Order: sequence, then structure tokens, then C-alpha cells
Amino acid sequence: MKALILIVVSGALINNVVLNQFLGICSFLGVSKQMKASASLGFAVIFVITIASAVASLLYDFVLKPFGIEFMKTIVFILVIAALVQIVEMFLKKKSPAIYKSLGIFLPLITTNCAVLGVALTNVQNGYNFGECVLSGFGTAVGFTIAIVLLASVRVRIREEDLPAPLRGAPIVLISAALMSIAFMGFGGLSF
Amino acid sequence: MSTVIVTTVVITLVGVIVGLALVYTGKKFRVEIDPRESAVRENLPGNNCGACGFAGCDAMAAAIAKGEAPANGCPVGGQAAADRIAVVMGVDPQAQEKKVAFVRCKGTCEVTHDQANYIGVKDCRSAVLNGLNVTECEYGCLGFGSCVAVCPRNAIRIRSGVAVVDRDRCVGCGLCVKACPRGLIDLMAADHHVAVQCSNKDKGPVVKKLCTAGCIGCMLCTRQCEYDAVHVENSLARIDYSKCTQCGKCAEKCPVKVIIPPAAPAGGKEA
Repeated sequence: MKALILIVVSGALINNVVLNQFLGICSFLGVSKQMKASASLGFAVIFVITIASAVASLLYDFVLKPFGIEFMKTIVFILVIAALVQIVEMFLKKKSPAIYKSLGIFLPLITTNCAVLGVALTNVQNGYNFGECVLSGFGTAVGFTIAIVLLASVRVRIREEDLPAPLRGAPIVLISAALMSIAFMGFGGLSF
Repeated sequence: MSTVIVTTVVITLVGVIVGLALVYTGKKFRVEIDPRESAVRENLPGNNCGACGFAGCDAMAAAIAKGEAPANGCPVGGQAAADRIAVVMGVDPQAQEKKVAFVRCKGTCEVTHDQANYIGVKDCRSAVLNGLNVTECEYGCLGFGSCVAVCPRNAIRIRSGVAVVDRDRCVGCGLCVKACPRGLIDLMAADHHVAVQCSNKDKGPVVKKLCTAGCIGCMLCTRQCEYDAVHVENSLARIDYSKCTQCGKCAEKCPVKVIIPPAAPAGGKEA
């Protein structure tokens, strides 16, 4: 039980996917202008990564391993995750228009997010079983959501400030992200 | 060698299965959308500018298909797009009454004055925030051009301190109506010209001091009108466009010439 909790906490905080592993930076910087959009993206990511790590884990254990072709995992994961997101999108559009609307454009966008693929690959590298994969995916996605919502709230405040001209726009966002990353390194000292 | 074959076969199989799954779910979970919606969408310009008041062309198309938005609601596509959409929706394009914006003020720099020298952000909405009346007339056009800024068609110009709408360019999207902090802008039928070009609700003598072009509420127009279309409320004449026949008698009698006669284009260029 302790090990499982550790997987979630480690994915969310200690090995934060954005601030510690530097995955998914594009959407982290791109969609963090407003709180609402970043929160929506965060929830879409939680949704997609959790499902994707489950499917990737099953695929790895029951298709790639028996045939001894684990080295093809990157290609197979890309293929399956992209298709999976499409299927989930169609399913939601039909069965739950409310969720579909709130996730909106982010769902197809996440298909190509490196964080999704990165989590699936890290999971199998660590030799997680199915349950651990799902938990690790969920934890990582929660970490992504925490990071992007924090950055969005920082950026909302920065926007009102009178910054020196060279720092305006992308530079100050990168500096903020870097400072957040340093702050998150503090979680590395957590011991259980 | 066998690894290559196994890999190829397995990955191909995975790809085929995934493809079939996509086809299956695509069929099974197909959402029936109104075929008119996509037809309307094709006739919209696709700028996603939001000038129609919807979140983008897709949202606008959905609203038109549902009948929640008028077929001529797209300011960018103009009459051409409106006609094509009207055909798709099966409505008469002519039945879509074209509206234009009209600024109910003619207080130019020649007839009225500013009482404060506002040097803040050049925007009417921020100019009213300081609580002072920048213009002497507290109902009049400020002339900082919030309406000009929102107009997607460049149909509004500030001429001598008063916003003037170019009726040929205006598509009646109503963005300026929302933008004006003093509520000076109305939408009216494009073929209607007779209108009161003032919004001042002060009593006559007060208006005369503030602005030589303002409505003084003398009621001469009300007495002239044979159709019960002009009324003076709060010392300000208002024309009921549904009753007005544009005979022009009120405009003739108006002592301050604040009512636009039928011949001249309203919001006149000379203003």
C-alpha cells in the first residue's frame, strides 16, 4: 500500500513530469495563459494519461513481451495512444456531450503530447505491473495539472506587472517556469 | 530475420486492429449533426473573429442551424454570405431586415465643449470610469472611439468629436452598441433615416447652454406627427420606428434640427 501511494506522490510531486522531467513543455507554456483553459487541459491530461498508461501496460505485457519485440514499444505506443484518444473522443461526444464540451479542443491536442508517451515508456522501463502503471499515470497527470495551474496563476499576475521590455512575453514565462522547477526540486528531499 | 518478420506482422496487425476499432467506433458513436449546420459552416468565412457574438464560425453555424442566430448574422461575410446561408436555411434573404448602427448624438466640437481635459487612456469606457463628465453634456458622445475599436468593418469614424456610422459599411452586428458606455448607439432598419440625433434628457434651457444641437424637448415634433410616432419623454424626443412613415414633418418643424430628415442619410456625413 505504501509503495502504491509512493508511486502517486512521486509521479505528482517528486518526479513532476513537467518541472523535473521536462516533458510536455509545449502545452505547459502554450496553454497556461488563462486559469480556466489550463485547468481544462489539466483534467483532459489526467483523463488521457490514466487511460493511455492502462492500455499501454496491457499492450506491453500481452502483445510485445510474448513476441519478444519490446524494442518496438515507442512506435506501438504512439499508434495506440493516438487511436485511443480518437476513440475516447468519439465515445464522449456521443455519450457525454457535457464532458466533451468542457474538455473541448484539448482532447485531440493531447494525442501528440510527449508527456503521454513519456509516462507510458517510463512505466514499462520501471517494470510496473498493470495497477502500478495506472496509478503512476494518474499521479504524473495530476503533477502536470498542478504545474500548469500554478504557472497559469503566476502568469495571470505577471500580465498586470510593469516588466522591463526585454523580459515581456516568453522570457518571463520561462524564468517563472524555471523558478518553479527549482522550487519543485525541494520535493526530492521527501522521505518515506 | 525471423525477428523482422514477427515485428512486421505484429505491428501491422496492431495497426489493422486499431484502424478497425476506429472505423467501428466512428460508425457506432456517430453523432447526428444537422446537415444544414455543415452547409452553413461552409458559407461562413472561417475567420473565427467572433464579431457575430459567438465563439467562432462553428458555434455561429450551429446557432444559425438551430435558428438562434439570424442568417445574416455574420458581419464579415456580408450580404453575399447571408444570401447563401438564407438559401441553405430556406428563408427569404430579403426577409432578413438589414440593420445599421446609429449614434444618437450630434454634439460636435462646434456646438458643444469638453469641460475636462481627459488625458488618460484614449478609450470611452476608461474615460467614464473617473466619475467626471469629460464632455459638458453628460449624455453625449465622448469621441474616444471605443465603438471604432470594436467595429469589425471599420464603419465608424470620429468626426469632430462625434462617432459617425458609415451606413454602407455597417452590417448591424451590434458590437458598438455594447461598447458605448453612454448607450448612445442604436440599431435601426437600414432603410430608415428619420431619427433623433440626441440623447440628452436635461430640460430645454439646460440643453441650450450645453449644446446648440441638442433636443430641447419642445414637443413641436409630437404635435406635427400624424402617426403618433414621436413622443417626448424626459425632455427628449424618441421616434417609434414601427409607427414612423418617414414623412419628415417632425424634422421640418424641429427648431434645433436634431431630427434627421428622410432625404439625408442618417448619421449624416456633414455631422
